[in-house]
Amino acid sequence: MTRLFAGTPTHGLVLLVLLLAALVAAPLIANDYLLTILILILYFAYAGQAWNIMMGFAGQLSLGHALYVGLGAYTASALYVHFGVAPWLGLLVAVPVAMLAGAVIGFLAFRFGVAGVYFAILTIAFAEFARIGFDHISYVGGSAGFFLPVAQYTQNDLWNLRGRPVMFYYVILALAALAFMLCHLLLRSRMGYFWQAIREDEEAARALGIDTFRYKMYAVVISAGMTAVAGVFFAFFYNNLFPEQVFHISRSIELILAPIIGGVGTLFGPIVGAFLLTGLSEAVTETLHALGFEIPGAKQVFYGICLLVVVMALPDGIWPWLARRLGLERRS
Amino acid sequence: MTALLSIAGVSKRFRGLVAVDRVSCEVEKGEIFAVIGPNGAGKTTLFSTIAGSLEPTEGEIRFLGERIDGLRPDEVCRRGVARTFQIVRPFPALTVEDNIMVGALLRTADTAKAAATAQDVMRRLDLFDKRDREAKSLTLPDRKRLEVARALATAPQLLLLDEVMAGLRPTETDRMVAILRELNAQGLTILLIEHVMRAVMALANRVLVLHHGAAIALGTPEVVTREPAVVQSYLGAEAL
Amino acid sequence: MPLDIYLNVAVSGLLTGLVYGLMALGLSVIFGVVRVVNFAHGEMMTIAMYIAIVLFSAFKLDPLVMMVPIAGVLFALGYVMQAGLINPFISRPEHSQFMLLVAVAIIMVNVLLLIFGPDARSVQTSYAFDSFAFGPIIVDATKVYAACAAIVVSAALFTFFKFSSVGKAIRACADNYTGALVVGLDVKRLYALTFGLGAACVGAAGSMLAIIIDVTPPLGPQYTLLAFVIVITGGLGSMPGALLGGVLIGMTEALAGLLFAPSAKSMFAFAILVLVLLFRPQGIVGKRA
Repeated sequence: MTRLFAGTPTHGLVLLVLLLAALVAAPLIANDYLLTILILILYFAYAGQAWNIMMGFAGQLSLGHALYVGLGAYTASALYVHFGVAPWLGLLVAVPVAMLAGAVIGFLAFRFGVAGVYFAILTIAFAEFARIGFDHISYVGGSAGFFLPVAQYTQNDLWNLRGRPVMFYYVILALAALAFMLCHLLLRSRMGYFWQAIREDEEAARALGIDTFRYKMYAVVISAGMTAVAGVFFAFFYNNLFPEQVFHISRSIELILAPIIGGVGTLFGPIVGAFLLTGLSEAVTETLHALGFEIPGAKQVFYGICLLVVVMALPDGIWPWLARRLGLERRS
Repeated sequence: MTALLSIAGVSKRFRGLVAVDRVSCEVEKGEIFAVIGPNGAGKTTLFSTIAGSLEPTEGEIRFLGERIDGLRPDEVCRRGVARTFQIVRPFPALTVEDNIMVGALLRTADTAKAAATAQDVMRRLDLFDKRDREAKSLTLPDRKRLEVARALATAPQLLLLDEVMAGLRPTETDRMVAILRELNAQGLTILLIEHVMRAVMALANRVLVLHHGAAIALGTPEVVTREPAVVQSYLGAEAL
Repeated sequence: MPLDIYLNVAVSGLLTGLVYGLMALGLSVIFGVVRVVNFAHGEMMTIAMYIAIVLFSAFKLDPLVMMVPIAGVLFALGYVMQAGLINPFISRPEHSQFMLLVAVAIIMVNVLLLIFGPDARSVQTSYAFDSFAFGPIIVDATKVYAACAAIVVSAALFTFFKFSSVGKAIRACADNYTGALVVGLDVKRLYALTFGLGAACVGAAGSMLAIIIDVTPPLGPQYTLLAFVIVITGGLGSMPGALLGGVLIGMTEALAGLLFAPSAKSMFAFAILVLVLLFRPQGIVGKRA
């Protein structure tokens, strides 16, 4: 465990521990509404980490990550609704399904030399495919939606993920923490180095003996699998799935806002981004609400402006800038 | 004794253009072999066919007795042939040390061992003081040494250097020559493309001269630089 | 099903496809020259459509007649976008540029949502229900007029690029950025001009489309994607390719909507996109890069 954080300045570690402690203790002081916001934040932090592996580490821009969320969500829910399979077991199917989808996309793209913007468009195409396709799969509800039976909230059933927000909160907190550690490990591993090399200059990476096709595939498949877990969580938290929403390109874009604003390729980027974005947008929505405005689209305009400002002024994201301010000038 | 690298009748055609025209030569283990010639003579194209980024239209390339023509660049590197690029390609956002780690990780999955290799290489290439600097902040001579260091970290038996002296001032050139001499003394075979004759004369055991894709001379530097054809096409009378 | 119906649907698709082609033409011009992926393309068209609708409901002005002023407004918008926002981004990494335009697109769609709400709006011109009959084929007058307008605008654009000195200057920038700088072309201004022209195309296409379909803000992203599918299918940077791609996609959509479920029609567009990306990335007309 100590080797994990070797090289991080002490005050950085202290801050990290404090943050973790605060998050663990949060339910003691937060009401259900605030908890839901925190759940959303941690959800985006988690999903953002997963996406970051593909983009930030390996340099492959995916704008269709909602595909993996949806596949994870639908697979696990279908198993639960039709066969009574608990989500923790459903994961064992949902994750490979998403990984397979990722492998297909990756294989097609990398074997045929589809890169950069074209790759991004390819990912969008596949997500759109799923969005329209799932509308016609009546086994999982089609366009009318797929619903999970909602149980009483009196008991927390961790195995079936039925229960109060507090339970979901700790689940997503654990996931986010695990994702963070996993990414930390990956970044410092041989694969992490190879990914960064590919990201920086793929041809130079090849000249150093790196089988770039293989490592790009790893990035896509791992990212897809991790994202599917978010999908399973999503399904059991919201209890309803509509292809039109789950696979929509807006979901894909939402997923990437946090890591981009926070800092692509960094470990804290997605977390910082998620806190800032979700926190501020909820604040904006609340203020408008309080002032008597119920405006659809206001939140999205806010997102758009945030994204614009960050892309223009802080192209590396907020975290690197913040890290410099906090004196944490190291590779994280 | 089989040569380390043998190039037999290698040609590379791009539609109508013959970039490399039936070139044959052998590079012995432990030597420093230079390829010179005017611009457009086909030197980098020849290199690319060896390194795997291009496939020869005809001919065979063998390394340690086994064919490597047609292999991918990463496969060629794994066999023990490392290359540098004419226009250096560092990984800009990574530190000097991390750049070299990438090379070192070819031979070991253990980051600690790779770090040790990287440290060693950095000392030999005089980059240790700059190990935490981002590659994009380096000056050109440093980038050139980084390019060599990174390739070296892959523990090659043959190092292909593409105009590594270009853009260096005479003192830096001498420094690089000294480094390359030392690496060669430690057992590294070097095949280099070079325009800087000062370096070629100082380093090369043998020189191959290309012109319009074809080999027009092969021999020791002293002999080759006196051949009329070479003088005519490349060096000019002043070189004599 | 009788052949008549297929023919009708195909022709209808072809006509709409010409308008799509014009929209995609704008994207092709922008990408071909400025090399920026305009992810806000469809959103810009949606803006044009809403302008057409407002002008129609307030002043009873026919969108086709207002095509030129609307194109002018979009030209100005495009010019300002390029000059103000995008030019500084030319040297930045691809994904940065992309994100910039994604941000602009998000803002555009949602501002439209804020102003106009999510309900569909449409334009009912006096000839909205007219149709022409050519033998067994019956086509909507709106589509015929729109298609004709699309052809006229495209032809005007081709002529501009081929024969005018500004057009040639722009093509020079596309061919060789440094070379253009060296001969003294004001590349930044030409880029802005090009973006403006691409936007104008989209503006014109929007006015045409306004008489054919209903508008809602989410149309923006849909048409951005469609524009990309068309441009990539036809060939990035190729003007005839964009029109060809538009017609192909228009017809495919229409026929797929007929043969399968209407909602499945975009799936075919995407299927074509995937196939093109894999097997002929330069598009039907494009040259291998």
